[in-house]
Amino acid sequence: MTQVNRLNGGLIDRSTSLNFRFDGKTYSGFQGDTLASALLANGVRLMGRSFKYHRPRGVLTAGSEEPNALVELRSGGRQEPNTRATVAELYDGLDASSQNRWPSLERDFMAINDRFSNFLTAGFYYKTFMWPKAFWEKLYEPIIRKAAGLGSLTGEDDPDLYDKGFLHCDLLIIGSGPAGLAAALTAGRAGAQVILAEEDFELGGRLIAESCTLAENSGADWVMQTQAELAGMSNVRLMPRTTVFGAYDHGIYGAVERNTDHLAEPAPGKPRQTLWRIYSKRALIATGAIERPIAFENNDRPGIMLAGAVRAYVNRWATTPAQSVVVFANNDDTHQTARDLMAQGVKVPAIIDTRPDAPDVEGTEVLKGAEIINTSGRLGLSAVRVRVAKGYTRDLFCEALAMSGGWNPNLGLTCHQRGRPVWNADIHAFVPGEGLPVGQIVAGAAKGELTTDAALRGGAAAAVSALADLGITATPADLPAAQDAPVSLSPFWHVKDAKRAWLDFQNDVTVKDVKLAHQENFTSVEHLKRYTTLGMATDQGKTSNVGALAVMAELTGKSIPETGTTIFRPPYTPVAMGALAGRATGKDFHPTRLTPSHKWAEDQGAVFVEVGNWMRAQWFPRKGETHWRQSVDREVLQTRNSVGVCDVTTLGKIDVQGADAADFLNFVYANGFAKLPVGKVRYGLMLREDGVAYDDGTAARFAEDHFVVTTTTANAVLVYRNMEFVRQCLCPNMDVQLISTTEAWAQYAVAGPNSRKLLQKIVDPEFDISNEAFPFMACGEVTVCGGLRARLFRISFSGELAYEIAVPTRYGDAMMRALMEAGEEFDVVPYGTEALGVMRIEKGHATGNEINGTTTALNLGLGRMVSDKKDCIGNVLSRREGMNAPDVLALVGLKPVDAKDTLLAGGHLMNKTGPVDVANDQGYVTSAAYSPTLQSSIALGFVKGGFDRNGEQLRLVNPLEDKEILVEIVSAHFVDPEGERLRA
Amino acid sequence: MRYSALRILKEALTGHKGWTPQWRDVAPAEAYDYVIVGGGGHGLATAYYLAKEFGAARIAVLEKGWIGGGNVGRNTTIIRSNYLLDGNEPFYEFSLKLWENLEQDFNYNAMVSQRGILNLVHSDAQRDAARRRGNAMILNGSDAELLDTEAVRAMYPFLNFDDARFPIRGGLLHRRGGTVRHDAVAWGYARGADMRGVDIIQNCEVTGFRIENGAVRGVETTRGYIGAGKVGVSVAGSSSRVMAMAGMRLPIESHVLQAFVSEGLKPFIPGVITYGAGHFYCSQSDKGGLVFGGDIDMYNTYAQRGNLPVVEDVVESGISLIPALGRARLLRSWGGLMDMSMDGSPFIDRTHIDGLYFNGGWCYGGFKATPASGYCFAHLLKTDRPHEVATAYRLDRFKTGRMIDEKGQGAQPNLH
Amino acid sequence: MIIDHPLLGPRDAQEFTYLGDASLINRPDWQCENALSEFHDYLYLRDNPAGEHRELWYHEQGDRSWLVVTRNTVTHEILSVELAHDVAKAVTAGRSAK
Repeated sequence: MTQVNRLNGGLIDRSTSLNFRFDGKTYSGFQGDTLASALLANGVRLMGRSFKYHRPRGVLTAGSEEPNALVELRSGGRQEPNTRATVAELYDGLDASSQNRWPSLERDFMAINDRFSNFLTAGFYYKTFMWPKAFWEKLYEPIIRKAAGLGSLTGEDDPDLYDKGFLHCDLLIIGSGPAGLAAALTAGRAGAQVILAEEDFELGGRLIAESCTLAENSGADWVMQTQAELAGMSNVRLMPRTTVFGAYDHGIYGAVERNTDHLAEPAPGKPRQTLWRIYSKRALIATGAIERPIAFENNDRPGIMLAGAVRAYVNRWATTPAQSVVVFANNDDTHQTARDLMAQGVKVPAIIDTRPDAPDVEGTEVLKGAEIINTSGRLGLSAVRVRVAKGYTRDLFCEALAMSGGWNPNLGLTCHQRGRPVWNADIHAFVPGEGLPVGQIVAGAAKGELTTDAALRGGAAAAVSALADLGITATPADLPAAQDAPVSLSPFWHVKDAKRAWLDFQNDVTVKDVKLAHQENFTSVEHLKRYTTLGMATDQGKTSNVGALAVMAELTGKSIPETGTTIFRPPYTPVAMGALAGRATGKDFHPTRLTPSHKWAEDQGAVFVEVGNWMRAQWFPRKGETHWRQSVDREVLQTRNSVGVCDVTTLGKIDVQGADAADFLNFVYANGFAKLPVGKVRYGLMLREDGVAYDDGTAARFAEDHFVVTTTTANAVLVYRNMEFVRQCLCPNMDVQLISTTEAWAQYAVAGPNSRKLLQKIVDPEFDISNEAFPFMACGEVTVCGGLRARLFRISFSGELAYEIAVPTRYGDAMMRALMEAGEEFDVVPYGTEALGVMRIEKGHATGNEINGTTTALNLGLGRMVSDKKDCIGNVLSRREGMNAPDVLALVGLKPVDAKDTLLAGGHLMNKTGPVDVANDQGYVTSAAYSPTLQSSIALGFVKGGFDRNGEQLRLVNPLEDKEILVEIVSAHFVDPEGERLRA
Repeated sequence: MRYSALRILKEALTGHKGWTPQWRDVAPAEAYDYVIVGGGGHGLATAYYLAKEFGAARIAVLEKGWIGGGNVGRNTTIIRSNYLLDGNEPFYEFSLKLWENLEQDFNYNAMVSQRGILNLVHSDAQRDAARRRGNAMILNGSDAELLDTEAVRAMYPFLNFDDARFPIRGGLLHRRGGTVRHDAVAWGYARGADMRGVDIIQNCEVTGFRIENGAVRGVETTRGYIGAGKVGVSVAGSSSRVMAMAGMRLPIESHVLQAFVSEGLKPFIPGVITYGAGHFYCSQSDKGGLVFGGDIDMYNTYAQRGNLPVVEDVVESGISLIPALGRARLLRSWGGLMDMSMDGSPFIDRTHIDGLYFNGGWCYGGFKATPASGYCFAHLLKTDRPHEVATAYRLDRFKTGRMIDEKGQGAQPNLH
Repeated sequence: MIIDHPLLGPRDAQEFTYLGDASLINRPDWQCENALSEFHDYLYLRDNPAGEHRELWYHEQGDRSWLVVTRNTVTHEILSVELAHDVAKAVTAGRSAK
């Protein structure tokens, strides 16, 4: 097919011809085309279907406000639904399909909806589909869902990369039309750090869309010359293809740069798009204006376009939508459309102007005081019917219509912090009002300065004043004179008595829908939008909101500003979610923290598990082991019988130093620390101020003024934060300093009856670690392996004779290997978090399953630890009655009555008799494991009043998995309840 | 006017001239027996049930802006009864049962759609917690199923099973959970209340309470003084500001929760999915937009807007879970003001002032609670006794140490 | 948001962790007569103003200072930033003066 509608001139590169496909047909266009301009050039007007009625639609605009011409671009994981053809840059091989139609764009079965439009009025869903009750979910809703939606995702993973970055500037200029360019020149020459962001791939805005001249040159020439100067300034960053989509607090703007969307696919390793967070001292909104349509009967046919868009296609893309174009307007500005078309030899049968006093235009007839009352053409416009001033009708044959109801300042970004626009009666449009984001200023058409000349000078002046705020002196750039006439417009919103006149094209909201909303008392703007779905489509009402407001104002008899206004929220235009996520996806979603001996564990074939951001060895399978339980049971038994080593580096470690260190810990922990002797470790329980337990660990006193605190892996960050809060905010006069040393030390638990013997081979001989010299709960600084400094703690989580040994992180791997080598004679075993868990359950130690943020020291059986002789975080509020009731939950041990039964955490405990219901619920199981030591499933759990219920049988119910077994309450200390082993 | 198939047919054929206002615009009367402050979902539901179930008369709902303009119009439309604790689950189950009959009850299609909610689990500990919760749900008469990874894959094959930082290890499925057309809930209750004589008064902001001898006599408003037998305040998001006018300090902070919708897409996600390893939950509306959200912005605010870091956090989570979303576009964001309470649970209670009642503290779970909240608040207003499923929602529970802390985060509202 | 750290200059709010009302610095005396009631009010009740709010932020991804930030909760404008340690010292100095 040839480019039947291609004209002369334009800013396209005719030397680079590009082939592309739309709905399987091949076309050609040029470098510089958009998909929309190329399709129009090829004579294609039909590009999509509307959301509700599936009406045939063509392109309405030439920019990002496009409601109609949405396509699916690319295929597979790169398939991108709802892409506006008006902003999709053409590249060779581009492949696009129409969407929301079946089986084809020309013949869409769902267009039957259009026939039933009498039923499908605004809000009809709310009144129907209720009978019979079950039919909504089974019948109606599935049909509606299938019909709804626009384009589709394939469900395949998006293969492209996205990046994120940060930029800083004095002045962020958003939009590169006359105002933006004038501001950039002014600020750039003054030496300010400037970012100029433009959503289009070409700078210039309306200057490259209009045939106007600046001084002696064309607008496009001035743009080119200005761009060249700006590109030469090191303090100016030009960012075409960059949409600033959101204005956030304190001058921070969100922007997306489309790095490679104009290519068939990104080069390897290059991002598709980049999300920029721009930190600006001042931001200039120079985003221009958006033209508004006029509502009249059947104003939605392919070929009916905004006049400014028609001029853009003619002047920038050398394309006419058709060979015969009628113009319909309420303003002078639009008459230029006819002149531009006629200059290229396109027929303009007439200009229809609603104003009786409209000026004449040479070369065509101006029908003054006339209105279009209907249009015809099934898949594209073929004629318009005009009611002329005298009242009779005339039919005009044409394949395109250029319409304009005036322009609305494009003020979306000024509303992002809920600033409300105000009505400007001179230009009959909303302009930015009070409440702009701090540091934001507006210039040019976005401010309501609707002429090129005003925009140029306004932009320069805005830059001068913005920079003056920052103490930078700038003088307005010398700017060419633009000859354009002041705005002359007489408001005209819709042709009365139309049966169906579209306001919101994509969502199929017509004037009648607004009337119905009014009739049913949905008169506030927000009700109107929500009831009719006006402005909720992918264009967010950029072309429809004000028109609908005007119709509502007529109905209520109020003025437009009295009727209300609509504000915009981020994003300005839809943003690819991939860009918002950047690289933090897949395996890189969160950082991965590895302990120093990770590599060693990997070499041993360890199975790893995520613990927060850490990866920890869960167990170490050996040859021949086919089930994880075999590995875990072996690790437990071997540890309990001889010795095992576990990497506990992930525990939080906090160094506490200062003269008041002991007093400080005495306040932070529920139990006392003031009198802990040097060289001793103590178990410590921390409460929140509300008296609920939140972490436990140990504090080891290495000197009068030096403690080392450990926390659980999960709470390492939280405990440190809270301790800093206590230090800085509650105990500001204490002489104490804290530092997190979690990453500084690698730490290993060495547990089992042979642990001392093993460590005696590691710890240098001058340190006596015999039971007498280094008893249970001792700690000390030692050296290992011939002089390496280390810290040794005699503490036990497993209930065995056990130690934890810490060495500087860089020696962690070597330490692990040394322990394994030294332990060979004892048949040492590395054990993972599963065996660790089994042994701590066997010993009855609480962990996060029990210290779950709702349990108190009392619940945990540690009530006596909460000292009432001193102040500490949480002690006062732990005394509240509801937390001390006689039947409070108590931590107990549980074992099955029938040893073959398996206990599962998460089961609920019921009295042995009585119904299985909430009233009979006695508690729940928190942790469960198979104990190879006891050769039985065992568990910990909370039972109401459980301290006095030892020996009682309960039912462990799990209706979720349809299980119920009998269990017995036992001591939580399944193994070595007297603690003889750990003191051995 | 009752909606029926016949009525629709008639109106369609006669140009829709017969539809009447869905609620009347009325000027306030001098006094009412019951004044409900707040024309959001909860306030309108309270008025509706007061009139319908409790036979109360002379009821007004006062709304400072337009009805349904608060959180009932700014949420992610999810309904569910999948709570853990005894203080909560019976209430939310009651609410879900009301949802299940709501449309027939108020003759308005709010598009209640029980599409199923799947809470994913990513660790053994999460599975244990899911088991405990699922059992609590079943014991309270709700429904729950524990799924393994393969069952999750069968339901949602496009989730990230192969390259996940936190692999999916199963999920807790609550089939009766789902979504509702949120705005329609406000309108349906308003219409139902209006049909039963309730005065809904928009653009009427309460500026003070008239309190004499420890009892409330009425409210000062921007449209004049309105006498009241009893006043029920239901203004989540602004609770502290309104109750301060009665001299009360509340265990509540105001925070913003952002939510998001994508461009319209053909059916992609059948139910509701919540990610267990990041801040992300998502469903797809009947119109085709993916509706999703995550965590609050974390700082106190009364601005109905959020900031970029949370947007990024939510979408990072979303794409980590569903890599195919990279090519979908985020269309619109909004921010709702949340009454974040000190234990993450709400209040439906009397106050120390006779005749003044308070309903608030819904955190970001208020939408699903709308029917039960209205019902229970109406019950309290009418009988002065809490409804049996709402006995735990007392204002003094922090004094007595009877917190209802689902997440176990303690007295830090932004963590709930 | 950007917080102007008294020691480090302007930093992105994302580096900080938020706690809440700065009144949490004013922890009651555990031995006072109405300790339970005082602690209840201290921990649970909030002014929650729409307007100026003194609040605690922690520079978790930075120097680990706790800051008292005075910020407008309607506009998010930040009016002042102080080291919480300094504020707390002033509070305790006030106490001992009593």
